[in-house]
Amino acid sequence: MEQKDILILAIESSCDETAAAVVRNGREVLSNVIYSQIDLHTLYGGVVPEIASRKHIEKINQVIEEALRQAEVSLKDLDAVAVTYGPGLVGALLVGVAEAKAISFASHLPLVGVHHIEGHISANYIEHKDLEPPFICLVVSGGHTHLVKVSDYGEYEILGRTRDDAAGEAFDKVARAIGLGYPGGPKIDALAKQGNADAIPFPKAKVADAPYDFSFSGLKSAVLNYLNGCRMKGEPIVEADVAASFQKAVVDVLTEHAMMAVEETGIRKLALAGGVASNGALRESVMKACEKAGISFYRPSPGLCTDNAAMIGAAAYYEYIRGVRHGMDLNAVPYLKLGEK
Amino acid sequence: MKIAAIDSSGLVASAAILQDDLILAEYTLCYKKTHSQTLMPMLEEICRMTELDLQSLDAIAVSKGPGSFTGLRIGSATAKGLGLALGKPVIGVPTVDALACNLFGVQDLICPIMDARRNQVYTGLYTFENDSLSVISEQMAVSVNDLAQKINALGRKTVFLGDGVPVYKDMLKDLLTVPFTFAPAGQNRQRAACVARLGMQYLLEGKTETAAEHRPEYLRLSQAERERAEKEKQC
Repeated sequence: MEQKDILILAIESSCDETAAAVVRNGREVLSNVIYSQIDLHTLYGGVVPEIASRKHIEKINQVIEEALRQAEVSLKDLDAVAVTYGPGLVGALLVGVAEAKAISFASHLPLVGVHHIEGHISANYIEHKDLEPPFICLVVSGGHTHLVKVSDYGEYEILGRTRDDAAGEAFDKVARAIGLGYPGGPKIDALAKQGNADAIPFPKAKVADAPYDFSFSGLKSAVLNYLNGCRMKGEPIVEADVAASFQKAVVDVLTEHAMMAVEETGIRKLALAGGVASNGALRESVMKACEKAGISFYRPSPGLCTDNAAMIGAAAYYEYIRGVRHGMDLNAVPYLKLGEK
Repeated sequence: MKIAAIDSSGLVASAAILQDDLILAEYTLCYKKTHSQTLMPMLEEICRMTELDLQSLDAIAVSKGPGSFTGLRIGSATAKGLGLALGKPVIGVPTVDALACNLFGVQDLICPIMDARRNQVYTGLYTFENDSLSVISEQMAVSVNDLAQKINALGRKTVFLGDGVPVYKDMLKDLLTVPFTFAPAGQNRQRAACVARLGMQYLLEGKTETAAEHRPEYLRLSQAERERAEKEKQC
């Protein structure tokens, strides 16, 4: 018997993108609308939570209406409403959660709350129709650095995580220190292309008792110390070399840990996810390592790496068919843990 | 005419259904749980109890601010989601006006106060004239000192209400030179019934907006915007 299509409206407002999408059967994106607030936050050198929340409430209906229009569906064609309920900025999350609950209630549609990181991981399902668990996923973004074993749909085991700064956070801080501004990731990525990645040997931190864990604050301090040292000694700073060497230190550690996980678990599939997964150097480094080791490599295209609602719709589908439903008391959970229901 | 109304601007969460001049249901809660956990379950409950066909609603009224920024957005996003799904307009009701409606017929000065932190209150000055609410000073964010001066200058007996009362009661007692009193329980906090009542008046006057247009009225910039504006002024 042919299964009925499942259409899900997904809403995402955990940080500074107001997004809505309509996704069919978790893999086919009918629409994916994103209103990015990045220009607004650039004025402040980073995301300002209160401003983000204010923009979300201004734009959310337009974004949802546009997603429905582009998908050429109305609410009565849908099977569920999905929304990111954590982790993220609580005020920002609450806008999406309250909106989704009201739509769910008024349209008599089931509500599915989705973990933001599960969304990032699930972005891989959209363009890789063949990808199925189990696989290893390296999730890297401005707020998160996780090495995850995806055992099954909706089943996650965290192998390693950052002990301090997220990788994307380190990019932002280093970018600020060398005067590149916000957001740091794409700017460092671009500048690093003109620099020598072996010019400055920055440290690659290991966490003694947890081989999969990451630590980036030592690296960030090393870059800041290097810059201060140069300034005090009156030596010239080659920003492109700093950017390239810093980026290499991050990318090498991420790649090494991911490959170690693949080897030790025997799971011969590796996926990237999260905003930093759109970083050119990281993609190339992991891809080459996978080629060398004969591992299947997956990554979303850059537009699906950064925050979007299509990935939430993809994750929601697998939750939906597992029977996950949330009530009208669903709350935003800013520090929601992966795999926690 | 039928309206669903919600208020989550302060410590109270409240939802009501108004049909013409009759409140079919009202559910008001002032307890520990967050608005995100209470508001929708409350609305769901009163809709179930009144066997409400949501499509029979003419509009969604929401207390639009001022108030807690997060609280306002929970109310607004709820109203916007309902409006979007039902294809119904939203009515943004000024929070302080709705608070003043608790004291129907009172011809003294009515002064709702909400704690706005930083020694300020969200407030306004009202009275009832010919059975309708008359606005003497529109809702605003001011210091308690400035508010007391304003009331003293008007020289009228004043009734206070709102969640700012427990915070600023003693301060007001010291500052006021006019007779004053504090409204009792049942009439001294936000109630969605009052939002619904004003909402109905707005609806009849055609003062509605689309769910997409609606947004809260904070009466204050965010801290980051304020600091940035101050920095620019100094430069």
